[in-house]
Amino acid sequence: MLNFLLHKFSKRKQYVISVSLILCVAAISYALSDFIEYKVVAFLLLVTVSLIAMLFDIVPVLVAAFLSAIVWNYFFIPPRFTFAIQSTENVLLFLMYFIIAMVNGGLTYKIRETEKKANKKTEKENTLKLYNTLLNSLSHELRTPISTIIGATDTLQEENHKLTEENRSELISEISKASLRLNRQVGNLLNMSRLESGFLQPKTDWCDISELVYDVINQLKDTLQNKPVEVSIKENMPLFKLDYGLLEQVLHNLIHNAAVYIPKYAVITVRATVNKDQKLVIIVEDTGNGFPENEIDSVFEKFYRLKSTNPGGTGLGLSIVKGFVEAMHGTVRLENGEEYGSKFTIEIPAEIAYLNDIKNE
Amino acid sequence: MSNHAEILIIDDEPQIRKLLTITLQSNDYNIREASTAREGLLSAANHPPEMILLDLGLPDESGHMVLEKLREWYTKPIIILSVQSNEEDIVKALDNGANDYLVKPFRTGELLARMRSLLRSSSSESEHPVITIQDIQIDLSLRLVKKNDEPVKLTATEYNLLALLIKNEGKVLTHQFLLRTIWGPSYIDQSQYLRVFIAQLRKKIEDDLNNPLHIITESGIGYRFV
Repeated sequence: MLNFLLHKFSKRKQYVISVSLILCVAAISYALSDFIEYKVVAFLLLVTVSLIAMLFDIVPVLVAAFLSAIVWNYFFIPPRFTFAIQSTENVLLFLMYFIIAMVNGGLTYKIRETEKKANKKTEKENTLKLYNTLLNSLSHELRTPISTIIGATDTLQEENHKLTEENRSELISEISKASLRLNRQVGNLLNMSRLESGFLQPKTDWCDISELVYDVINQLKDTLQNKPVEVSIKENMPLFKLDYGLLEQVLHNLIHNAAVYIPKYAVITVRATVNKDQKLVIIVEDTGNGFPENEIDSVFEKFYRLKSTNPGGTGLGLSIVKGFVEAMHGTVRLENGEEYGSKFTIEIPAEIAYLNDIKNE
Repeated sequence: MSNHAEILIIDDEPQIRKLLTITLQSNDYNIREASTAREGLLSAANHPPEMILLDLGLPDESGHMVLEKLREWYTKPIIILSVQSNEEDIVKALDNGANDYLVKPFRTGELLARMRSLLRSSSSESEHPVITIQDIQIDLSLRLVKKNDEPVKLTATEYNLLALLIKNEGKVLTHQFLLRTIWGPSYIDQSQYLRVFIAQLRKKIEDDLNNPLHIITESGIGYRFV
């Protein structure tokens, strides 16, 4: 919040605000000067200078401190309305005020600077922690397929005549699987860095949602063996103006996730509709085991992995889903089914075009 | 179909060159390699190959530039290889005259299929009015389309779109190209028309609407007929 204020005001505004604040406090004190002594006014002005020092740069703060000293002298120290001070005590008081106001302003500013530095340091530490988590989960996720490839090629290159034809082809298929897995993880990482960079700009174009859904299911054909996907999209579904690539990745991750974690022969259902607010709604449901209730809120966090699952996976898939959906100004929600399974609901606002309108043109 | 066709590979990565060379040689192609843009352009000019596989990320010059220079005189197929699935990059290359593209890592089967299809269409330039692709037959002189020998009823726009796709069998046609050619330059941003007519065409010529085998979507780029 403080940082926010700091960045918000230009240099010029800082001068204007600090000067007017001092004048304001002085005016109020002046109006009340029948009730409060000039020494109390000095205290009020000092507090104001400290406040200004908490918010603004050093120069406006010193200007405010200087101004407050002048104002205090002219309007409040007897004899009033002159810069002259008669009693020695008051001269001493004024000098003390002057020094304290300046030092106070300067010190508060310095403390703030140190704080800023400390904040930056904790920020850096957090990033470092994030990188460490990333490296840990990556080294597992990348090294497993790499080990598979290295191991398999070593065995294949060996002049080993005992290696049966069957085992040989099995090794080759393992290499192929491992490299596909590597490719998937690299894709995830690239997507994550696209999100982290904060410059993810959706490129919208008209999308046929049912084409997109079947496209994703076709891409995941190998993963979806023995895991039937039911699709329910009405015939008269309109076209939506969306980023095809982003939505494709979102659905890809959700369906892939379901396919990997649900037991064999559980069913995945994908439904797409338009809701009454003219938003696109896509629901990906499964009849698996669902998510533990106490972990539902965390699943979209970066690197979060369910406590009960086997190692494997970077915990990036669902956070990419959330990031991409939000980049399209949509929302994603996870809940468990009433009896079993889990249900992801995505809602995205988008321009709509009905097919029939176009056909009749 | 003439195999032993000579292919020029322009790619700076020795591993990719080796992989491509082995794969293509074992499929009866003759291979020439170049590792830089300069070398590639020289090699192509000295002895024009039947087809060029061009990597977009070359060390000395952008692949886009190489493509433009090649297209000043080279009319045979060029396939772009790229590590980035950056749609803009690919669309730019296709609009600059590349015949097709593949994003690394690609499957060997895919590469061979694309190459075969391009070599076939470049050798059979003769304007034969009847084209048959599996169960689809189109007679360009009679403007007649048949599926499994049954005539398919198409509107004028549907026919034009299908004929354009079939005439460029195997090649990706970008959204902009299709919109400009069929509907005219002012429709370039009106891709909803394209979506609707593609959906209509699929309903008429595909067996399984949700698993199209003829009109393939290249997401964010365009369509291809196979």
